[in-house]
Amino acid sequence: MLFPKFYIFLYLWLLSAQTVPSLSYAELKPMLNQTGDKVYVVNFWATWCAPCIKELPYFEALNKIENIEVLLVSLDFPKHKQSRLLPFINKNQLQSKVVLLDDADENYWINDINANWSGAIPTTIIYNSQKRDFYERSFTKNELLILVKSFNP
Amino acid sequence: MKSILILFSYLLFLTHNHGYEIGDVATDFSLTNVDAKMVSLADYDQAKGFILIFTCNTCPYSIAYEDRINALDAKYKPKGYPVIAINPNDPAAKEGEQLTDMKQRAIKKGFTFPYLQDKGQNVYPKYGATRTPHVFILEIHEKGNVVQYIGAIDDSSRSPEKVSKRYVEDAVNALLSGQKPKVNTTKAIGCSIKTL
Repeated sequence: MLFPKFYIFLYLWLLSAQTVPSLSYAELKPMLNQTGDKVYVVNFWATWCAPCIKELPYFEALNKIENIEVLLVSLDFPKHKQSRLLPFINKNQLQSKVVLLDDADENYWINDINANWSGAIPTTIIYNSQKRDFYERSFTKNELLILVKSFNP
Repeated sequence: MKSILILFSYLLFLTHNHGYEIGDVATDFSLTNVDAKMVSLADYDQAKGFILIFTCNTCPYSIAYEDRINALDAKYKPKGYPVIAINPNDPAAKEGEQLTDMKQRAIKKGFTFPYLQDKGQNVYPKYGATRTPHVFILEIHEKGNVVQYIGAIDDSSRSPEKVSKRYVEDAVNALLSGQKPKVNTTKAIGCSIKTL
């Protein structure tokens, strides 16, 4: 053991790092259609998308609220998962669940997620068992809070 | 009930999207190229049509497509469908999108096509481009430049090795053989267009 401290650090880092599954659209789809009692907030983002990064803290804040579940769907390039996505998640200590959508047939899944989606990000879906809304836009913290509250009976 | 839903979603689509639809006549423009010359579609008196691509300097999806856009120009310019690229981003809203930045990128990547700046951001809203890259294939008719395809270059922006559907190539091949493109509207992930 030349550098025991290094290995301890590495071990702690691995413990704290969240694992990010790479999903096909078929694997992601059930996560966009959950049937529990919560308000589900799904945000499509990427580390290279400046307006997405700006609003990430707002989603992180939502995720801390009881009965709200946030899912961050990364559209980063699959080849950048190790070099960009995981370091970004760790650096910013993201607590919301993150998945990487790694599915080539964009024209299929963009339309399947929402026929009105042009494919630009950031894009957000908010839904519960009663209703479902789709937003191809970015939010201020307040706008997002007000919207999500409208889903809570 | 289903038809009402379809009608309703179609109405939503209509109100949601401004810009051209298939069959519309697209406007010409006069925009500055990276070589400082002005370029218009009307300059191309030998062309049969155009592969018009709204793209930019900084979007990773645009960058991922640069080699594929060069390849499209190499393949289709000799057949009468040159690539014309337009950068719709306002350089005041996004760093790295000045004409000088565009010139550097064009030289570095050896762009074989004009790379124009949509100064004042007047052209892209008329077309209804929403992201980069966003393709409009125009066919020259007597009545003008008719929009025959709107959408993505192919079905796999992030992984070129996984491409299975080459939408733009299929559409231009169809037009060259006197047919309408079988698939004339597609979607892809891209960066939003940056304006103030």
